[in-house]
Amino acid sequence: MSHHIIEFKDVFFRYPDGTEALRGINFRITHGESVGIVGANGSGKSTLLQHMNGCLLPTSGTVTIGDLPLTRKTRQEIRRKVGIIFQNPDDQLFMPTVFDDVAFGPLNLGMDEACVRERVHRALGMVHGLDLRDKPPHHLSGGQKSSVAIASVIAMEPDILALDEPAANLDPKSRRSLIAFLKTFTHSKMIASHDLDLILDVCERCIVIGDGSVVADGPSAKILSNRTLLEENNLELPLSLQRC
Amino acid sequence: MTFDAQYFDIGRLDRLSYRDTFVHHLDPRVKVIATMLFLFTVISFPKYEVVALVPFFLFPVLLMTLGEIPVRFILRKVLLVSPFAILIGVFNPFLDTGTVAIIAGIPISAGSLSFLSILLKFTLTISAALLLIATTSFPGVCHALRRLGLPSLFVSQLLFLYRYIFVLMEEAMRITRARDMRSFGTRGAGIKVFVRLIGTLFVRTVDRAERIYYAMLSRGFQGDIPSLRRARIAVTDLAYLTAMVMFLAVFRFYRVTEGIGCLAQGLLR
Amino acid sequence: MHMADALLSPAVGMTLWAGTAAVGGYASKKLKERIDDRTIPLMGVLGAFIFASQMINFTIPGTGSSGHLGGGMILAIILGPHAAFLVMASVLTVQALFFADGGLLALGCNIWNLGFYPCYLVYPLLYKPLIGESQNPGRIVAVSLVSAVAVLQLGAFSVVLETLLSGKSELPFGAFLLLMQPIHLAIGIIEGFVTAAIINHVRSARPEILDGIAASRPLGAGISLKKVMITFVVLAVVTGGVLSWFASTHPNGLEWSIEKVTGKGELPEQEHGTAPVLKGIQEKTAFLPDYGFKPAGNEPKKEKMAPAWPGIEAGTSAAGIIGAAIVLGLILLIGVGIRSFRGRDA
Repeated sequence: MSHHIIEFKDVFFRYPDGTEALRGINFRITHGESVGIVGANGSGKSTLLQHMNGCLLPTSGTVTIGDLPLTRKTRQEIRRKVGIIFQNPDDQLFMPTVFDDVAFGPLNLGMDEACVRERVHRALGMVHGLDLRDKPPHHLSGGQKSSVAIASVIAMEPDILALDEPAANLDPKSRRSLIAFLKTFTHSKMIASHDLDLILDVCERCIVIGDGSVVADGPSAKILSNRTLLEENNLELPLSLQRC
Repeated sequence: MTFDAQYFDIGRLDRLSYRDTFVHHLDPRVKVIATMLFLFTVISFPKYEVVALVPFFLFPVLLMTLGEIPVRFILRKVLLVSPFAILIGVFNPFLDTGTVAIIAGIPISAGSLSFLSILLKFTLTISAALLLIATTSFPGVCHALRRLGLPSLFVSQLLFLYRYIFVLMEEAMRITRARDMRSFGTRGAGIKVFVRLIGTLFVRTVDRAERIYYAMLSRGFQGDIPSLRRARIAVTDLAYLTAMVMFLAVFRFYRVTEGIGCLAQGLLR
Repeated sequence: MHMADALLSPAVGMTLWAGTAAVGGYASKKLKERIDDRTIPLMGVLGAFIFASQMINFTIPGTGSSGHLGGGMILAIILGPHAAFLVMASVLTVQALFFADGGLLALGCNIWNLGFYPCYLVYPLLYKPLIGESQNPGRIVAVSLVSAVAVLQLGAFSVVLETLLSGKSELPFGAFLLLMQPIHLAIGIIEGFVTAAIINHVRSARPEILDGIAASRPLGAGISLKKVMITFVVLAVVTGGVLSWFASTHPNGLEWSIEKVTGKGELPEQEHGTAPVLKGIQEKTAFLPDYGFKPAGNEPKKEKMAPAWPGIEAGTSAAGIIGAAIVLGLILLIGVGIRSFRGRDA
């Protein structure tokens, strides 16, 4: 199943104001892998994720999703495959009610009504949010918002899931259920986060980004127990490893 | 009203609109039409009309009771916006001084009648508008407008506006709190600080619009905002509208109030 | 200053609604022709921005009273006339619904007064020609001041006209004008200053934002726009003038026709119907109208209905008051009844 492969080759990206956010990123993620992306604030994690579905296009280098190289032409196609969950659920939930929001993606895929309702039902069920369906997003708590944001992306049934700081602002219980959910998603996923315990828990592989390039890439257990590496990148050992 | 008061006020009205009552379940289109008809009928009364306006209070009273809307909340909101109408109307008693009736020995001027009429109309129209939103969620009103033929572009951005009012109000509230905490007295509330606050809010807003746009693109947005709402007009909706039209027609064209008064007088004698 | 339903006559309200609807339709059509995808969320979010920023008060220098941003001018500068008009209409709609600012029939007037003038008159005919391609902060301040003052003077003048044509207020034209225009001169100066300050702030802090929006906004050069606008404005003024003239000669056009319908008199008590009141207003001392007035009437929620009505001279007048009292009592009873019935259920 080659369509779950993500490959970044020498990816550079410069913002219009001249900031060089990515300076030669290289990695390859194969089907079913779950990869954590960690790094200091401003190291380029969010910029990297925005390349996953063509919100940003590389200044040079290539991003390949499945069999398709990411270009202006292919990005509509790629957006069907990659679901991105952004950092702030308020930006992700832009429709007036939860139902409308979760249905937005499937409707854009051109599905008929019954199919859309079925998808919405299933996606909300997966995040235990069925009773929220008629509420407007501004009546939801932070945890509920992030669940619905996830549902709105899962409803499109993406092959690849990319999450940007999914556990920020979640209370411990919501964070737990998020982790439980992420473990059930068996396709490829990439998670950018400062929550190293979450990464350790969910991802078997971890990529450390520093200053726009890959600093380290390897098994999470190994990387996340390397104190010097982490501290060089403004990070620290996951709490669960600190006691040892 | 302070910022916080306004914020919670609008939030409360918004929450009321998601209640689960008979009135809330009526089709939004029917409610929008009924409200417009009501408003039109009320302001169509001549400027000295007072008595015939009284029966129209039945409409807001019914909506409030059936829709379980707190009376005091609505009354307070009506009072809050009354200054302009009062300011313009309050001169009538002084400018239009001809006596039209003498009640208990006190001469009543035409101007005070028309002022009273303005006040009644004001209370009726404003409470009807508030009750429309209190009994119909804003997305409901928007979809009604869409179905009633307003351009989809307009309705789409109206929905965005509604969605982000609360987000931006919270953001603005955080900014003003930060200002007030550090401005000890009035110095920080001046226009220079205000402009910088607003400027910051503006920049953040535009950045947010960009992020929203990305989120939309990520979910296959191609220029059209799709919707599944296909509410059908039910029998109860039609019944409601018919009752409304009959109510309005009867009390607009027949002087029922005075009829009742005469009847009562006859019985007393 | 928001126009209010209670001060409007149906003819004036409908005329302005028709005008607003026409302009709104035109704006949507124009916008749709050349819209950039990202404009719709931007419009909505900027509308929310105007709404939220109006809730932040600031102290007006030297007075101690507080002011806030109106928004029409800044929207027009940032989004261009069509999008700005629609956003302004949306902001006012939300205000009319959630704050009951003005009411729904007066909404047509309010959109016209606060949306049409900045977007379709002042922006293309005053702001753009004066500002040209300049990005000089001083010039932006000066031009914004002139524009905002013009916008608010036009708006205030419209409120005066709409109120007078509606004929519900007795305020004489001159006095009303003297009441409204100076206040709005002050408001306009502040609005202009704030508008310019925001534009300048954004231009210095994040210059690419304004350019980015300008690039994606659906209207390019102003040459053809100007022609379109002038034709349109002339059309609007002419139709508006004709309609208002009609409205003023029949200030209560609807009532007039209703009286024709009902003039035959359905109820025997109605021998001195409403018609004489309207038509014979100059001789109002000469007759007693058939409806009364009681002090408690402006507080309909109170049940005290016992002012001394033995003093009423005209029988029909008494009938009116008694009727009103009974009707009010009934309405209250219904309300209280339903409420207590529900209470028992719950």
